[in-house]
Parts: sequence; C-alpha cells; structure tokens
Amino acid sequence: MTPASSMNAALERQPPRLMLADPILTMTGIEKSFGDVRALRGVDVTVYPGEVLGIVGESGSGKSTLLRMMNLEDMPDRGEYHLALPGQEDLNLFTLDRFSRRMLRARHIGIVYQNPHLGLRMNNTSSGNVAERLLMAGERSFAVLRARAKESLDASEFPISRMDARPSELSGGMQQRVQLAKAIALEPALLLLDEPTTGLDVSVQALVLDTLKRLQRERRITMVIVSHDLGVIRTMADRVMVMRNGDVVEQGLADQIFQDPQHEYTQQLVHAKL
Amino acid sequence: MKLDQLTKPWEAFSYGFLDQSAKREMRRRILKAIAIPGYQVPYASREVPIARGWGTGGLQVTLTLLKPSSVVKVIDQGADDSVNASSIRKFLRRVSSARETLDTMEADVIQSRHRIPEEKLREDQILVLQVPNPEPLRPVQPDMSEARIMHGDADYGQLWLTLYEQLVRSGRIMQGSSYPSMVNGRHVMTPSPIPRWDVPKMHMAANLTILSAGREKRIHAVPPYTRVEPLVFDDVPYRIEDHADKTCYRSGVTGFFMNELPQDDGSSSFEVSDSQYGVKHIRRQEGEPVTLGETYYREGRLER
Repeated sequence: MTPASSMNAALERQPPRLMLADPILTMTGIEKSFGDVRALRGVDVTVYPGEVLGIVGESGSGKSTLLRMMNLEDMPDRGEYHLALPGQEDLNLFTLDRFSRRMLRARHIGIVYQNPHLGLRMNNTSSGNVAERLLMAGERSFAVLRARAKESLDASEFPISRMDARPSELSGGMQQRVQLAKAIALEPALLLLDEPTTGLDVSVQALVLDTLKRLQRERRITMVIVSHDLGVIRTMADRVMVMRNGDVVEQGLADQIFQDPQHEYTQQLVHAKL
Repeated sequence: MKLDQLTKPWEAFSYGFLDQSAKREMRRRILKAIAIPGYQVPYASREVPIARGWGTGGLQVTLTLLKPSSVVKVIDQGADDSVNASSIRKFLRRVSSARETLDTMEADVIQSRHRIPEEKLREDQILVLQVPNPEPLRPVQPDMSEARIMHGDADYGQLWLTLYEQLVRSGRIMQGSSYPSMVNGRHVMTPSPIPRWDVPKMHMAANLTILSAGREKRIHAVPPYTRVEPLVFDDVPYRIEDHADKTCYRSGVTGFFMNELPQDDGSSSFEVSDSQYGVKHIRRQEGEPVTLGETYYREGRLER
C-alpha cells in the first residue's frame, strides 16, 4: 500500500496500527524545480486517517514546498495527489482547475502557518478571521457565525473574552491559536501545520503543542506537521519522514526513528538534538 | 513649419460631442454590460470638457444615448439646480439639441450623481449613474487583477467579512452608501454612492440603469427586471435610513429620503432630497396642474 520509492532510498518501517486503514492522502512522484534547484525529487507521501505525520529536515530540504503542495497552493512539475474525501471522486487534485482547488482547500484542508501574517487578517477581529472560513463555505447567519467562531476559538483554548480583539493586538501564541481555530472551524479532513511553534518561547510552545495534541486526540484530526525542531516532531508525530535535498531519506514510526535511526543523516539529526 | 500645417482644418464637433468611433465603442460596452448584469466592462474613457471625478463616466454614456428628440434630466445629489447639474445639463443641450427637463416623469435619460429619483422610473427611461469607484472589492483587495479573479470565482467572502466586522464592532451595519449588492445572483456591484434608501429601488426595476466610472474606465449595468439584492445576513435584515417619519419643511412631504439641515439651536430640520419632487408638491399645493408620479416608497415603506 505505502509506496516505498527506490528513488528516495527510503527505509520503510513496520506500519503502525493506523496504517491498516486506507490512506487519506497519497502523493506520488512529486517533483519540483525552482530554476536549477531541484526542490523535490520524486517524493512519495502517504498519510492515514487520524495519524500525525511529522516531516523534518534542514532548511531547503523541501518540506515546506511539499506542505504547500498538500495545501494546493503550489503545483509540482510532476506527480499526483489524491485525497480520500467522502462523496468525492478520486482524482489527481493537481489536475483540478484553480477555482476547484481553492474550493477544495477552503472546505477540506486547514493550515497553520509559521508566520501568522500569512494565515490571518491582522486588522479584522479574531472571531472574524474564523468566521471568514465559515463564510467561504456559505454560512450566512450572523448568529451561527458568532457561535461557531466562539466554539472553534474555545477549542483552541483562546480566551473568549478576547474573541473580538484584532490579531495584531495579540501575542504570538495567541495568534497561533486564532490560526488554529480558523483551520479547524470546518472540521477539515487534513490539518497542515507549518512550523506552528517556531518563534514562540518554550512555555508558550508547550501550551500550543498541548492544544494540538488534545485536539488530535479528541477529534482524530489527520495532521501533517512540518518542523526543523525534532522535539516538536517527537511530541506530536506518530510517523516521521526525514527529508534532505528534496529527497525522503528515511521514514517510519516516530519511536523507531528517534531510537534507532538508520540513515546517516537521520542519525546526525537525532544525535545533534540529543 | 507653420502652425496651419501642424493643425487640422477646422471642423464641427460630432453630434453629441463624442466622435463616432468613441460612441460605437461605448454602445458595444454598454451592450456587453447589459448582457452580463453587474459585470464591470472596461472602456476607453474619453476626455470630455469637465474634470475627471465630476461625472465624466455618466456624461459619456449620456452623450452616447442622446438624440435630438431626447429629453434629459440631470441630478446632483438629489438636486437639479446645483452648479454641476446645471452645467452638465446645459452642455448636453448644446451638443445634442436634446430638451432639458427637471421632471423625472418627462425625461428619457436621467443622469444622476448619488441618487435615484423618488418617482418610479418606467421601461422607456434610462438611468445613468455616475460612479466614482466601480469596484466593490477595492477596500478588501486593492490589486485589480486579484479582484477580477475574485469576481470570476464569485469569491465575495471578504465583503461578507466586512459586514460581519461592522456588526461586531458597531452592533449594526455601518455601510451608508455604495452598499455591495448582488446583481442577478452572480456579480456583486457597487451601486454607486446612492444611499441605502435607494438600493431597493433597483431591484426588479422597470428601467435600465447604466453605471459608468469615467476615471476608472468601467461600465456596469442593471437591465430592466433584474434582481438586485444587497448583501445581508439571514438573521440581520437590510435597513434603510430612518427617514420614514421625517417631513420636508418646505414641501411638507413625508416618508422620503431627506437632507438634514442642522439648525442654530442644535435641532435639525429636513428637506426632501429629491428637490424636484418637493418642488412639484409645492406647485401642486399652489394650485398648478402638476402630475405626481407613482413613487417607490409610500409613507416611508417600500412599495412592491
């Protein structure tokens, strides 16, 4: 089931229990170049329902480019992308037109960016930022928008008394919570987290990670988290994919990757962390 | 080289000031705007002898529509007697021989800045609205290319978000004029800076409305009997200005859109904004045989 690309020289480990289900996300042979730079070299990714896939690697390894493609913000030069969504035809999402991609992204994929300016409208209220996502899905009742924005913010452990404060008036940790509330407002099939705690101090980082773990536990949200911080990946991920120079060098269960890394680069990463 | 070699021989202006190619282009653009209600059609806005921002868009449309037998009325913020309205009316008469009128019911073409007359327009009348900013998405998306993509996708979430923010911050929708409105269930347009009072008049109106922005070089249109629906939340109804119980101190009419006139003692008096409608009332009270047309509103309530 899981494509083990020889091109990636990936070492596929024993699958976790979650992998017994059909995958929710399948990407195969993803290639992307920026000029002479090959950002992704035929990457294969499989994500199973309810699991957290961590993607680690140094800067320039291609992990954020891959995440942008999962969010249909960027298109590859080559490759296929399938999402198993209820009631949706199984097709390569990269063949969809721009409008269909945008609608699919708005309805089924949530994302939390490292930089809140990318994910939030800083001069709108926090509740408005969440409501925007609901408005895109066609909700037109003001009372329902208020209630659902409140519910999402509450689930993200954002203080409801500040729900009408502008993100520009909030701390970095609070801004990430607003992003998270916006991302989960429509209960997405896939939640993408791009370095969600980078730039936050350690105590705030821990709180945000706790919130993410609780949400994942309670709602069984499928998550893909990208980080260069192995501590974050270790805390969050069920499975880990290690990337370097646009290739997947190793992937497997989080515990195995951290306790018994096989690839030289992974060993360097893990030992550098330790 | 002599001056007469550098200049063209004298020739008369074209009928209606604009040359034929300009008018032909305008007519094509107007037809396209009518074919796609609410869609902004770009056009090569010509120079006319008034400054940009003073009604050049409306003037070009009116000049294209007029013929010698036309009867034209020009309104400026409800009034027929402002300098701008008088100047445009005089110019139109000089270049087209069209007859001027102040009476809404008598006019074939009505060029207006920021108001729709209180008397109902008919199928044989055309309303030309001057538009300073035709792009409803401008406040939320300053990039015109992006805004056009958003129109193409009917992506109006950010306009709804603006209304949401107004409700959260002020407890009511604060958009006083240029209220974003969905035309024919597809394109959101700005109906020019007409007050909220006037927007429902456009819904399923019998007349053709052409909205033209000279500076921004865009035309859009609302064909007769077309849906024009202000963006509103399901549970927050559209509200017009609270003028239903106001009485014009000059004409005595009640239940129409009013201009507020602050008084020295801190109070306010009101006069009906559609000045000619007020004048007709006064003349009628003085015994003149004046015909008052059917109005969109009666006693402050919209008639359907």
